[in-house]
Amino acid sequence: MSVSQSFATSLSSSSSAFFVSSNFISSGYGVQNVPFPAKSIGVVKCVAAPQEQETVFKTKVPRNSNMAKLQAGYLFPEIARRRNAHLLKYPDAKVISLGIGDTTEPIPEVITSAMAQKSLGLSTREGYSGYGAEQGEKPLRAAIASTFYGNFGIEEDDIFISDGAKCDISRLQVVFGSNVTMAVQDPSYPAYVDSSVIMGQTGQFQKDVEKYATIEYMRCTAENGFFPDLSTVGRTDIIFFCSPNNPTGSAATREQLTQLVQFAKKNGSIIVYDSAYALYMSDDNPRSIFEIPGAKEVAIETSSYSKYAGFTGVRLGWTVVPKQLLFSDGFPVAKDFNRIVCTCFNGASNIAQAGALACLSPEGLKAMYEVIGFYKENTDIIVDTFNSLGFKVYGGKNAPYVWVHFPGQSSWDVFSEILERTHVVTTPGSGFGPGGEGFIRVSAFGHRENILEACRRFKQLYK
Amino acid sequence: MVRIGQVITLGCISHVAFCGELVFPQLVLVQMRMVEHLVDSHGFRLECDAWVYRLLETLVRGGGFHTKVPRNVNLEKLRNGYLFPEISRHELQHIEKYPNAKLISLGVGDTTKPIPQIIASHMANYAFGLSTDIGYKGYGPEQGNKALRKAIAEVFYKNELVKDTEVFISDGAQCDITRLQLLLGSNVTIAVQDPSFPAYIDSSVIIGQAGHFEDNAKKYQSIEYMNCGPQNNFFPDLSTTSRADVIFFCSPNNPTGHAATRKQLEELVEFARDNGSIIVFDSAYATYIKDDRPRSIFEIPGAREASIRLGWTVVPEELLYSNGFPVIHDFNRIVCTSFNGASSIAQAGGLACLSFEGFAAVQSVLDYYMENAKILVETFASLGLKAYGGRNAPYIWVHFPGSKSWEVFSKILEKAHIITVPGSGFGPGGEEYIRVSAFGHRDAILEASRRLKILFS
Repeated sequence: MSVSQSFATSLSSSSSAFFVSSNFISSGYGVQNVPFPAKSIGVVKCVAAPQEQETVFKTKVPRNSNMAKLQAGYLFPEIARRRNAHLLKYPDAKVISLGIGDTTEPIPEVITSAMAQKSLGLSTREGYSGYGAEQGEKPLRAAIASTFYGNFGIEEDDIFISDGAKCDISRLQVVFGSNVTMAVQDPSYPAYVDSSVIMGQTGQFQKDVEKYATIEYMRCTAENGFFPDLSTVGRTDIIFFCSPNNPTGSAATREQLTQLVQFAKKNGSIIVYDSAYALYMSDDNPRSIFEIPGAKEVAIETSSYSKYAGFTGVRLGWTVVPKQLLFSDGFPVAKDFNRIVCTCFNGASNIAQAGALACLSPEGLKAMYEVIGFYKENTDIIVDTFNSLGFKVYGGKNAPYVWVHFPGQSSWDVFSEILERTHVVTTPGSGFGPGGEGFIRVSAFGHRENILEACRRFKQLYK
Repeated sequence: MVRIGQVITLGCISHVAFCGELVFPQLVLVQMRMVEHLVDSHGFRLECDAWVYRLLETLVRGGGFHTKVPRNVNLEKLRNGYLFPEISRHELQHIEKYPNAKLISLGVGDTTKPIPQIIASHMANYAFGLSTDIGYKGYGPEQGNKALRKAIAEVFYKNELVKDTEVFISDGAQCDITRLQLLLGSNVTIAVQDPSFPAYIDSSVIIGQAGHFEDNAKKYQSIEYMNCGPQNNFFPDLSTTSRADVIFFCSPNNPTGHAATRKQLEELVEFARDNGSIIVFDSAYATYIKDDRPRSIFEIPGAREASIRLGWTVVPEELLYSNGFPVIHDFNRIVCTSFNGASSIAQAGGLACLSFEGFAAVQSVLDYYMENAKILVETFASLGLKAYGGRNAPYIWVHFPGSKSWEVFSKILEKAHIITVPGSGFGPGGEEYIRVSAFGHRDAILEASRRLKILFS
């Protein structure tokens, strides 16, 4: 193909006119009158390039400015991306993943057989059911109420079954709308902040402090026992609080939660209490916010089967919205949540719900606690390892996360170094907020041999 | 505090209300302005205006603790509960009133035929597999299982019309609609068909794209309602339609059952392109199409730069915002942040549906429902009623000229013990119509037909 021909194919059709008139080229740009040489191609090309871009069709729909505020991808797909890139670089490396809190142990049979039975039942006339109640199947709601909230006055119809806490967090944001302010712990599970930005509750990201404007970040550090100093926290409408905490592993005491409830009461705020790790609690701390008197008038609680029953792929969670929780005009929050659940959702999978119900049978509970116990043993091994290496280690006792301090270091740098040198994926603390800088989160989900191997490699790296 | 036995008169009688822990043995007269449905701790249905509720609350409970969190004004704009729980409520009330009546539900489009065995057993096997080391899977990709995305792209979009990376698996269109609204945000305008599936409008109001409800027109401000009726072949007159950023279009249509022709969809795509709008094309009923009407918006040239498909969601790579930013990138961000993937067991079932045997089994279930639809269409025709749809969708759209659809709904329920859906629930363009769904066991469909013949002959 001649130069001119190959050039022609790279131009869009509308600029082919430039080809035709060599007068234009020679007269317009003062180029010598040569038979279409390479020289003039350089000139024409500059003009042609923008032309090509203009022919790409764009709609006239403005991009949601809230989406533009988000800084990067959601944290965990970013970790996955780096892990995959690492695998490409070292195809033979035995990469161990202690990053994303992804469960690894099989689901106990008492639970999966209930799901299998439900699946098979769907192919029979008697066992088939279509749309279920959006709020969830009554027996499951009742079982959750009695198993987890038996003594706290939470009733079956306060429970809303979902496809997981992450989805519930977004649905709660849809309920609240853009005209509310929120507070989060710093560090915290990224979905609270990200969903708030998407909903339009925040200002721009401020690069110098690594925070979104108008979000109140409640610093949780080793110095304050990972519980915020509420006397320095400004009032917000909503307060996200996770205990046992992801990522720090810290669990709030009864006194601390009483303080929190009183703070919310005084400010007329709503606490969204994330108790996804409650069953990992070893200490004698409250497992539910509703253990605290007065909480029903100021709190919503969300939880999940992901880390209890390995339901990370199966998808099941729940949210408790007490009848007593009212907006400033007296309107019940539960009523609006119900409206969202009916309009923006269609109920959790009935098969997943069957599994969730089986989890709450005596046999199911026993099996769940065994798996939780297994992950807790993993956590102990990881804690011991980092302790033995002289690190300051937090968490691990009441949650499947170990929060390791690397003073003065960038957490992404430590993450990269650990990945590069030991082929172990962790999660950099700054991914959870500026308060996470200088820390690495190591999650304890994994086959025992992988946990042991990872610890061997840590010992090698840091001896 | 209001004492037991004390009567409060607040307006005219509509419903009996029971409030909180105090049960009024006499009628509390409550003014009905808009229906709100509340179930108090005793399971009684409390229906009243929001302000009345607050008043009663204060009277009954002596005023409970209020937070200082303002209620979302967008939720205040919503009129009534979502349509389908409303229908279910009527159903429950009817059953309570007539416990011996054999109620037949042709209302909510709820499927009734069991899932074919090949699909159910695939899901059961997957579930069992989760108990084994080799079969256990944790978090899946939020966008969905790769094999399933690939299978959908191959089975439903011939000739590489759509890439697997453009397919997003979800837990259903209703959820996807809201995620799309989250994506789009409050600063866009929408157009919907009138009548239409209520989730488009409701989600739009919730996210803050709509203005207030106008009682006389029965429309929300700022939403463009594109009337679809027999007079325009159930396709809007686009020459009189104002520009909106996003156009929700459902074909085959719920509730009218009309499947748009190729020509109509070409017009729609041209309209969207000329206006720089995005079509959100809901093709949840595409596999019910019997003739050669398009099953996908992407069959129309030029659609890829102007459309998103619902059912599972397809977001073409070429679809760009006004600033050139790809929509798929933001949709992916929403999916990763506000969602955690569809249930892995359901996805296993979805994959089985696309196997040769699975698809054939699914098709036979669809044929069964369409046979039901044929029976119902014939029934209405024999009664001299104009019945639309029912040929490419499992919905029959029956015209009762000059009527109020809720009144016809009530009459059919009261006299024939059949649940349908009043057309006005789908928008003002649905007034005078009743939607009859064709999901049901054959014997129920035949019995319903018998009763309808008696009622309307």
